[in-house]
Amino acid sequence: MTRALIVHRAGPGVTVQDPGRPGYLAYGLSRGGAADRLALAEGAALLGQSDALAVLEMAGIGGEFEVTEATRIALTGAPMRASVDGTRIAWNACHRLEAGARLSIGAAGTGNYGYLHLGGGVALPRRLGGCGTHLSAGLGAPLKAADRLEIRPDTGSRTGMAVAADDRFGGGTVRIVASLQTDLFAAGERARFEATTFRRDARGNRMGVRLDPDGPGFESEAGLSVLSEVIVPGDIQITGDGTPFVLLNECQTIGGYPRIGSVLPADLPKVVQARAGETLRFSFVSLEEAVAIEARARDARKSLRKRLTPLIRDPATIADLLSYQLVSGVTAGDDLERSER
Amino acid sequence: MPDLDDMTWPQIRHAGYDGFVVTFGTRLSEPANRAALAFRDAIDHAGIDAVEESSTSLVSAYVRFDPLQRDHAAMRATLETLVQQHDWFAVGLPSGRRLWRVPTVFGGDAAPQLAEAASVAGLSERDAIASIAETQVRVQTIGFAPGMPYLGELPPAWDIPRQTELTARVPAGGLCVAIRQLVLFPVDTPTGWRHVGQTALRLFRPDAPEPFLLRPGDEVLFDPVSPEELDRVRDDANGGATCEDIA
Repeated sequence: MTRALIVHRAGPGVTVQDPGRPGYLAYGLSRGGAADRLALAEGAALLGQSDALAVLEMAGIGGEFEVTEATRIALTGAPMRASVDGTRIAWNACHRLEAGARLSIGAAGTGNYGYLHLGGGVALPRRLGGCGTHLSAGLGAPLKAADRLEIRPDTGSRTGMAVAADDRFGGGTVRIVASLQTDLFAAGERARFEATTFRRDARGNRMGVRLDPDGPGFESEAGLSVLSEVIVPGDIQITGDGTPFVLLNECQTIGGYPRIGSVLPADLPKVVQARAGETLRFSFVSLEEAVAIEARARDARKSLRKRLTPLIRDPATIADLLSYQLVSGVTAGDDLERSER
Repeated sequence: MPDLDDMTWPQIRHAGYDGFVVTFGTRLSEPANRAALAFRDAIDHAGIDAVEESSTSLVSAYVRFDPLQRDHAAMRATLETLVQQHDWFAVGLPSGRRLWRVPTVFGGDAAPQLAEAASVAGLSERDAIASIAETQVRVQTIGFAPGMPYLGELPPAWDIPRQTELTARVPAGGLCVAIRQLVLFPVDTPTGWRHVGQTALRLFRPDAPEPFLLRPGDEVLFDPVSPEELDRVRDDANGGATCEDIA
């Protein structure tokens, strides 16, 4: 029988996600995919596998899971309280989950979206080039109790590693570039936008999040007469009443509200992981700076695998201490290489 | 604010971190839409390095690329060269387009806002139906929702505003009108456009070999049928619509 993940309980926003479905913009389908792309890279690094494999995205709260055969797992994104048969396990780390053991993932302590990665990845048929759930397009649906997801064969073996996760939880300053319609906002409005502190509104989902300014809303000089233009994830649209929305992976593909700027892909996780009530600020950077920032972010993602560290455990909490290899370095010395293959 | 009307067309502007938009006008016009479709077709056939995706909106072509492979200046230069190659307003439409004939019930219970829309347009119901049915409209763009076409251009009488109040629910396949355009909805949708016709089209079929029924640039004729005739084609994969290639 194929290895599978069994869902015993799932929060309301647990979905299968992958890097999304680029290529259908001309047909009105936004790319969708994991809300926090960096989490995909972190999980892939921990398990030594491709970041294109499908994972479980958990909005706000996880669920209870079981595997039919021992499976490597990794946990990334918004840190959630996770345990196996009642014993707490580390977040931003990879573990071996034994067949039949109960993996419980609770509420996020900070941030919004947590991720459960499986060695080999979730096996779902690809539809339109991806297997992620795209809620606004009606592709797939949130997981529910008794769902069973097959898992592809795992070629790796390493567990017990931790990744130094980039702290993108809790809001902060987000870098943006000018875009198509930025000039429709007077210099004074743009400066005020940068000087404003926004609170992430409770209204938000995978399509976009609403931001509440600490002052009046923002006005463009074009009013509502702007012709509909292409929308890309990260665009900050200003609706008729002056309220900004950051549009995310499941956004509509064209729209008529003017956009004051666009969030850099590298900083989008900070927006999606900010919780309702947390503060965000925006800072314009030039295209040249943006390219340099994205190049650094790409290099950081690529070097994640090299920067993994062994999970440090408190010996007092290890039940069968004597069964562990306690002298470091006494291995064949090719563990890393073996698990990378 | 820049006075876009004083600019020469097309305009090349960057869109977000990793895109450029080439725009052929400030307002929707038949020539600007045609130019945008033709220019996107040229981008797709030019084999430009680092290009990842392209699309059109009403009067613009969009290209997404990887700035880490090809910087913005180089991409802009490539697009400028392409812009110079033709008078894009005079270039013909791309090949591979199709003409669809779509059975449509106008008015009645199936499309209850025909009378109101006709009245706002200053037409009798009979003339309103004839005006829409006789106009071969083009898919100007597909967007907002998967597979959802914006079609035009209708005669000037149809330059009617959207409603201020939303219609709570227009069923999938609903044909709605405003500002000399028609839209068709892939799923049940609340809308400010007036619901004047009903088709049995399924515009987005994720598991079909061709998931999207219509392509940008396709042309459509809405043929009036009775509610009984529409019922007979509801189970048809294409909602009774037929299509032929436009030579």
